[in-house]
Amino acid sequence: MEWANQLCENRQFGSKMTDSKYFTTTKKGEIFELKAELNSDKKEKKKEAVKKVIASMTVGKDVSALFPDVVNCMQTDNLELKKLVYLYLMNYAKSQPDMAIMAVNTFVKDCEDPNPLIRALAVRTMGCIRVDKITEYLCEPLRKCLKDEDPYVRKTAAVCVAKLHDINAQLVEDQGFLDTLKDLISDSNPMVVANAVAALSEIAESHPNSNLLDLNPQSINKLLTALNECTEWGQIFILDCLANYTPRDDRESQSICERVTPRLSHANSAVVLSAVKVLMKFMEMLPKDLDYYGTLLKKLAPPLVTLLSAEPELQYVALRNINLIVQKRPEILKHEMKVFFVKYNDPIYVKLEKLDIMIRLASQANIAQVLAELKEYATEVDVDFVRKAVRAIGRCAIKVEQSAERCVSTLLDLIQTKVNYVVQEAIVVIKDIFRKYPNKYESVIATLCENLDSLDEPEARAAMIWIVGEYAERIDNADELLESFLEGFHDESTQVQLQLLTAIVKLFLKKPTETQELVQQVLSLATQDSDNPDLRDRGYIYWRLLSTDPVAAKEVVLAEKPLISEETDLIEPTLLEELICHIGTLASVYHKPPSAFVEGSRGVMHKRLPARTGSGEGTECPDVGNAAGGSAPEAAPSIIPSQGDLLGDLLNLDLAPPTTTGPTPSTSGMQMGGMDLLGGGLESLMDESEPLGGDIGGSPAMGAGFGAAPAVMPASLNAPVGGGLGDLFDLGGGVGMPMGAYIPPKTVWLPAMKAKGLEISGTFARRAGVIQMELVLTNKAMSVMTDFAIQFNRNSFGLAPAGPLQVLTPLGPNQTIEVSLPLSTVGPVMKMDPLNNLQVAVKNNIDVFYFSCQYPISMLFVEDGKMERQVFLATWKDIPNDNESQFQIQDCHLNSEAASNKLQGSNIFTIAKRTVEGQDMLYMSIKLSNGIWVLAELKVQAGNPNYTISLKCRAPEVSQCVFQCYEAVLKN
Amino acid sequence: MIGGLFIYNHKGEVLISRVYRDDIGRNAVDAFRVNVIHARQQVRSPVTNIARTSFFHVKRSNIWLAAVTKQNVNAAMVFEFLYKMCDVMTAYFGKISEENIKNNFVLIYELLDEILDFGYPQNSETGALKTFITQTGIKSQSKEEQSQITSQVTGQIGWRREGIKYRRNELFLDVLESVNLLMSPQGQVLSAHVSGRVVMKSYLSGMPECKFGMNDKIVIDKQGKGGASEEAAAGKSDLGGSGGGGGKQSIAIDDCTFHQCVRLSKFDAERSISFIPPDGECELMRYRTTKDIILPFRVIPLVREVGRTKLEVKVVIKSNFKPSLLAQKIEVRIPTPLNTSGVQVICMKGKAKYKASENAIVWKIKRMAGMKESQISAEIELLPTNDKKKWARPPISMNFEVPFAPSGLKVRYLKVFEPKLNYSDHDVIKWVRYIGRSGIYETRC
Repeated sequence: MEWANQLCENRQFGSKMTDSKYFTTTKKGEIFELKAELNSDKKEKKKEAVKKVIASMTVGKDVSALFPDVVNCMQTDNLELKKLVYLYLMNYAKSQPDMAIMAVNTFVKDCEDPNPLIRALAVRTMGCIRVDKITEYLCEPLRKCLKDEDPYVRKTAAVCVAKLHDINAQLVEDQGFLDTLKDLISDSNPMVVANAVAALSEIAESHPNSNLLDLNPQSINKLLTALNECTEWGQIFILDCLANYTPRDDRESQSICERVTPRLSHANSAVVLSAVKVLMKFMEMLPKDLDYYGTLLKKLAPPLVTLLSAEPELQYVALRNINLIVQKRPEILKHEMKVFFVKYNDPIYVKLEKLDIMIRLASQANIAQVLAELKEYATEVDVDFVRKAVRAIGRCAIKVEQSAERCVSTLLDLIQTKVNYVVQEAIVVIKDIFRKYPNKYESVIATLCENLDSLDEPEARAAMIWIVGEYAERIDNADELLESFLEGFHDESTQVQLQLLTAIVKLFLKKPTETQELVQQVLSLATQDSDNPDLRDRGYIYWRLLSTDPVAAKEVVLAEKPLISEETDLIEPTLLEELICHIGTLASVYHKPPSAFVEGSRGVMHKRLPARTGSGEGTECPDVGNAAGGSAPEAAPSIIPSQGDLLGDLLNLDLAPPTTTGPTPSTSGMQMGGMDLLGGGLESLMDESEPLGGDIGGSPAMGAGFGAAPAVMPASLNAPVGGGLGDLFDLGGGVGMPMGAYIPPKTVWLPAMKAKGLEISGTFARRAGVIQMELVLTNKAMSVMTDFAIQFNRNSFGLAPAGPLQVLTPLGPNQTIEVSLPLSTVGPVMKMDPLNNLQVAVKNNIDVFYFSCQYPISMLFVEDGKMERQVFLATWKDIPNDNESQFQIQDCHLNSEAASNKLQGSNIFTIAKRTVEGQDMLYMSIKLSNGIWVLAELKVQAGNPNYTISLKCRAPEVSQCVFQCYEAVLKN
Repeated sequence: MIGGLFIYNHKGEVLISRVYRDDIGRNAVDAFRVNVIHARQQVRSPVTNIARTSFFHVKRSNIWLAAVTKQNVNAAMVFEFLYKMCDVMTAYFGKISEENIKNNFVLIYELLDEILDFGYPQNSETGALKTFITQTGIKSQSKEEQSQITSQVTGQIGWRREGIKYRRNELFLDVLESVNLLMSPQGQVLSAHVSGRVVMKSYLSGMPECKFGMNDKIVIDKQGKGGASEEAAAGKSDLGGSGGGGGKQSIAIDDCTFHQCVRLSKFDAERSISFIPPDGECELMRYRTTKDIILPFRVIPLVREVGRTKLEVKVVIKSNFKPSLLAQKIEVRIPTPLNTSGVQVICMKGKAKYKASENAIVWKIKRMAGMKESQISAEIELLPTNDKKKWARPPISMNFEVPFAPSGLKVRYLKVFEPKLNYSDHDVIKWVRYIGRSGIYETRC
């Protein structure tokens, strides 16, 4: 309002003084006065009045009362005035639909004006007036304008179709505008083509299944031709549209890439980024050994670096995208580390992003430079930036082993600065370095302890407590240190409380004599005085463990921790693929799929990179196909974190674990995703006592299942083995996993009679993508057994132990121990008869014993065994009929749905279902760990307990075993 | 696509508000004001998401420009568009200031209507826009003029109109380079690059076809020794400037980008730069080089902490180019700690002053010839503090201007052909100028 005042003074209005006086009156008077001016005979006065109205509108005043008066000014030769009136109309027509109709005549008339600029203006404005009655009148003029002789009118009309579609999609379809729009793609004028492409792309987003854009080699060729001729913006529309196309084969892919690469030299960064998107996507299809592939990789680096000399906002967009590109194809920018060095005057958002990319590019070759830079950054002013720099030093240590020592000494230097947040951040990362390189840098603990008092952030406190607990035996006053934390126990955050609890229990197990009081104190604080269920539960577990079986407690609490991995914050691969398809857009800036921030259905279709196949049907599906399967992949990105979260929530195991630790295969997450996450997670927790033990000891990895590494039992603490642990955890046998993998019951493999008193029974299981041999060893002899080891003979699928047999405690007379042995499938191969036979040798201090057992072949079914429909069809046809074998499964009372679910648990995937005359035909695929595919057709007749199954496989020998699995799985 | 465009003053008052899409409401205007402008803190990201609405913002002096959307738009395009809009506004009414925006708000609305349709950027070349958005009405245009306007706005050569005539055909080429350096205190180059621009101002009649040639390593190597004869053939148009390093035949260009008038596919295939230029000024090309850069100045810092309350600083600068050339506008900025209480400076050349408000000693030298050196020494008195944090020692930065291209780039020729009009390449008067400026030219101390 104030500036509207000034505005009247600044502009050369006829009577300045009176105007300013007038603006000081009440609002009511103002409207009244404007009304009079709008109806003035003098053109100049009228125009000035409209300008005042627009000024008021801009500052948010309601001037809708003037609607009829403003509309009256519409019929004028003065284009400037006309445009102002149109601006007013676009704003207020919706609130005054009845009066807006008054304007229609002028619009229709203007659409016939001899001046193309006026025709275009009319059709452009009409499309912005979202009033149904007006829309009806719009159709005829629009139809004419779409075929106007003047390209300026046509390009405006093309966009108008998108506007109309936004108001009334049905109308656009009924009126056939979509076809006219498609024709415009072949227009002679490049700008018309570009706008038509933009409009069609937008409309296609809300009709994911329509073949609106109809991209085929011919239309692509037209677009590529227009690309050379249209404006920078048009080039962006066309490139973004091209990125949605999936070429038929690698040759087409290459020829498109060749025609897109010149755009990398465009001055407009958006053109460059959109071109990069097309190239990154189509490159997927090129064979890696192709010369052109290498050329293309080389061509991508310079333009990406050039983006960094753009204005800071664009640099930010570019850096967010480079972050994705570096994760997808690290080779492109691996030599360009220096350009990501932070400049003193970079805005903070550019600095933080550069730092991220520096860590990703850090390698042995450039680590010295990187560390020198990071050290500089750690002395800057911005707290966030400094913290991130310190954290980055820690990540370098974990990523590049050779640099670890220098990183640690750099961190120690930083701790000496005594800058509070630097010290805290350094301690957090040093904890990770301890985890990664155990028993290497513990000499620095003393320095860390000096800074104990200055730590006031939970994460740093928890990290420090963890360090004290973990190395309690080397810190003389560990008990005093921990005790000092205990005083304010209830004021600490949960993270610190949990860590303190664990640390004191560790301390107790290491120095039991002096710390009994301390541990009792913390246990009672945790279990009796706390409202936090996580804390109470952990407290009770420890309490019970310690009171019933200190040895087991030691095994659990002081278990060896799995190593932490190098890359901690990589974007999950499916999400990364999707984001690569969105390079340059907001999704790539947020690093989130569009569905996470776009409302409604528009533009949230999931995109995928094309598969790298030479040619054929395999490549056809991605764009059309993924629309149908839209919801399934949607869940995928969140699954792995949520599994981790679940564990984190239940036990809050570690110091806000930054890592997905250890060898947990990602596929396990996918499989779990299908079922109720909580239920499944809980059951598998109960079922696997050993991994849980490992967790309590501080590892976030649950699926790893390498079990607890037992410590040597000191004589003073000797207590009966077995019992407590079993009570608490041995629920595994009783609780079934409704949809988990089928696990056969344990059988005796080696009777005690044959093995001088050692009895071995066991079974096989596949858990979280890891094959495990679960053994129960019982000592039925009179003497203690030690020094267990296991070996397999060569076998059909290369099964071999992935680690030593973890029976490190001596097995006393009449004792039993359960061990689970992870297996790999990379051992030596020899065909066995029967195929699934396994010959095993077990050694102990007495002798070596041999036995053989048979494993269900379903252990070898891998999690990514779901075939694409088309591929299934082609493969089924491809396998000769001789390889087909048929079996009957009798007395099975499941319906096809339940059967399919059950089989899925064992990685037998139903791909399609067909119902013919009451008979369900299920088509399934299985992939064995050695890459053999088995295709199956299962016929289920309602009411008939007998199933028929046909198996097709290129290696027909496996069919018999696979059939046995079907039977076992379905009947259990 | 872009759903709306708002311009605010520094107080957060709306100066311009144009909504293109129905999903953007009036409340978006306020959301941005409250969450970003009034947040009164450093901008932590140029893209802000507030209640599922994304705001792209840039600031020009104290004016905020914000583009708003609820969709997954091309983010790079939105920023490019905002910059372009600033360019267009500057070309129409000069500096982007609150006063200028208020005085031209009708014009701005008219421009916004033209260059953004339903959130899709349209032709935004100032040359084309000025033919029909004039603020004087267009009733005087003849039918021919109208169709000429529309064909220019939508056409392949949207940046140039037909029928341009000059009595004297003249063109000016400016090679403007900014040389960036980050050097360690020991004199080791941590990173150095030149980002250069070739700016062309042309006053040529008709639709001239131009071809630009420079000492690009790839081109020179391709021509081999035969290249010398071509250079001779270019004859009069040998525009080679006076290089500072001298002797360098060709330079390796890391990457370059071109004005949209340059035929990119031709550059990609033959590495030749051909185009029909816009009338008047345009930035023909931007490029970047990192190899064999002539660093015009070397800064040698020496900082000594004498006790807790005194710092001794000595800085030597050495010029490293032909003695016959003169560098100008030299300025060395030596940061001082925040607790500085007093400074004594002695310099051999120029003037040096301690500027307390900027926490720096600023040393200015008007001119300096090549292969010379100069020195400044300063004693800095510090107030004793109990601040635990050490002084961060920001780098010493430098500004200067030199009359050569630090990258070694030379213009070999710029040929002009206009087959329809009767003037030839020889009739065109051509001027070339090389200016090297400091970009971020820093030495850590």
